[in-house]
Amino acid sequence: MNGNGDRAPAVSLRGVSQVFTVRGGGRVAALDEIDLRVEPGEFVSLIGPSGCGKSTLLRVIGDLIRPIGGEVQVNGKPAHQARLDRDYGIVFQDAVLYDWRTVARNIGLPLEMLGWERERRSARVREMLELVELTGFEQHHPWQLSGGMQQRVAIARALSFSPALLLMDEPFGALDEMTRERLNNELLRIWERSKSTIVFVTHSIAEAVFLSTRVVVMSARPGRIVDVVDVGLPQPRMAETRVEPRFFELVKEVRELLHRGAPEVFEGPPADQPLPEAELLAAEEER
Amino acid sequence: MSAIVQALPPETLRRRIGHRLRDWAPAALVLVMALVAWEVLVRALGIQRFLLPKPSEILDALVRDRKLLVDAGLFTFREALGGFAMGTLAGVGLALVLARWRRLGSALMPYAIAANAVPIIAFAPIMNNWFGTLNPVSKMAIVAVIVVFPVMINTLRGLTSVRPEQIELMRSYAAGQRAIFRRVRIPTALPYLFSALKVASVLSMIGAVVGEYFGGSTTALGPIIRNSASLFVFDRAWAAIVVASVLGVAFYLAIVVAERFAMRWHPSVRGHT
Repeated sequence: MNGNGDRAPAVSLRGVSQVFTVRGGGRVAALDEIDLRVEPGEFVSLIGPSGCGKSTLLRVIGDLIRPIGGEVQVNGKPAHQARLDRDYGIVFQDAVLYDWRTVARNIGLPLEMLGWERERRSARVREMLELVELTGFEQHHPWQLSGGMQQRVAIARALSFSPALLLMDEPFGALDEMTRERLNNELLRIWERSKSTIVFVTHSIAEAVFLSTRVVVMSARPGRIVDVVDVGLPQPRMAETRVEPRFFELVKEVRELLHRGAPEVFEGPPADQPLPEAELLAAEEER
Repeated sequence: MSAIVQALPPETLRRRIGHRLRDWAPAALVLVMALVAWEVLVRALGIQRFLLPKPSEILDALVRDRKLLVDAGLFTFREALGGFAMGTLAGVGLALVLARWRRLGSALMPYAIAANAVPIIAFAPIMNNWFGTLNPVSKMAIVAVIVVFPVMINTLRGLTSVRPEQIELMRSYAAGQRAIFRRVRIPTALPYLFSALKVASVLSMIGAVVGEYFGGSTTALGPIIRNSASLFVFDRAWAAIVVASVLGVAFYLAIVVAERFAMRWHPSVRGHT
């Protein structure tokens, strides 16, 4: 499935720009003329310093934020249409599970929205629970699970309706290192099995290199693409991949690109803040 | 993955009742001790009946005038309940509208907050004018107006305190406003709504009784308290206050039960805080 020339790209961005008005009236170029093409079956990571707009870019792809300029296509359609067609699944840094729903009903939520019958739904939910190794937890509520388990529920939910594209916004950013590495391995296993395309935002260089077929390095203010690194590491990636000399070379390369992009801000403030709800609603109402 | 959570075996009914009794025993003891102290102090200090009757006298009055007190209690409670229902419906409805059309919300919110600070009971004579002094609707209207603002403000706060990602996730499923309200905003608002309803249940009994002081049917708790006090039948006045209190507490507890039922999923209800 990889790199089939006839198929429409999974994601295609041309000249995408976004500007945010900050408190006090200033304007910040969150994204400046971004061009990017993601082929079906790729695993592309977006990495960059805080405030480089990588989370914004992910939301632009998902049509959760409309850019002020440029063209966004997903699966060969305008991003808006792709969202209405439910072409992608999304996973955030927090699991964003609905507390009033059990694990099973959280995973089944997108299927409910798609109008699936109850039986078909519960069969798929069982499959997904198996996939993320949470069988037996279907009747638990989110607050009864550990952070890593919650995130696996979120991944199962995003995959439940087999979207061709998976958007992930620092999904393992809040987890401890051990859990994160384990989930990295699980994610790769799922990616290989499902043949889906993944766009993955992270600020961990090692994570980006380990997971991706390509790493897109971004700079901050304005958010631009500094360079794209092809990760030629052999598939499937395993624990041993992390100790290969080539792995360290790639990590070094990405690090140098990051420093070139933003020498003075890289050790800066915490990751991109989610948008305040007011702005989101303004965006909603424009529709 | 190490933190595997296992459901605790369900407690047997008997043990649960046992636990409940142990939880409530200290509070019950305090009540008994307070009543005994009250009785003893009134007797020992020779306090006049019109200042403070003994609990035993109030109990006598409760038994003696039980028919009147039960009828009056039910009458007043019906007013409180009617006003509570109207005010809650209006408050929730307004909150839904204001949460859906945010600009309208920001235009009206300052006035809602200001209205919440108005001593609404002052309007009781006006309501008697509008709906008729003897018509229970005049008391329900007072209660409804007292209840509507806290319910509206709390519910609106709940409906709008959804985390942005929860909305983004729904939009990624191509959800429209209706689905977002039904599946995210309203469940998120439930704890806020119920804390408002608890306040409202108390306010509605106060509103009904105080509203009755401004005139109306005589078989109601407000007039009984007022008239008994002016006729020096203080034990009956106190008995009526006891009935009002019991009804108020019962109303409050009914809301608590409804809350537990509506929010079975909530950690606080499951007993894990």
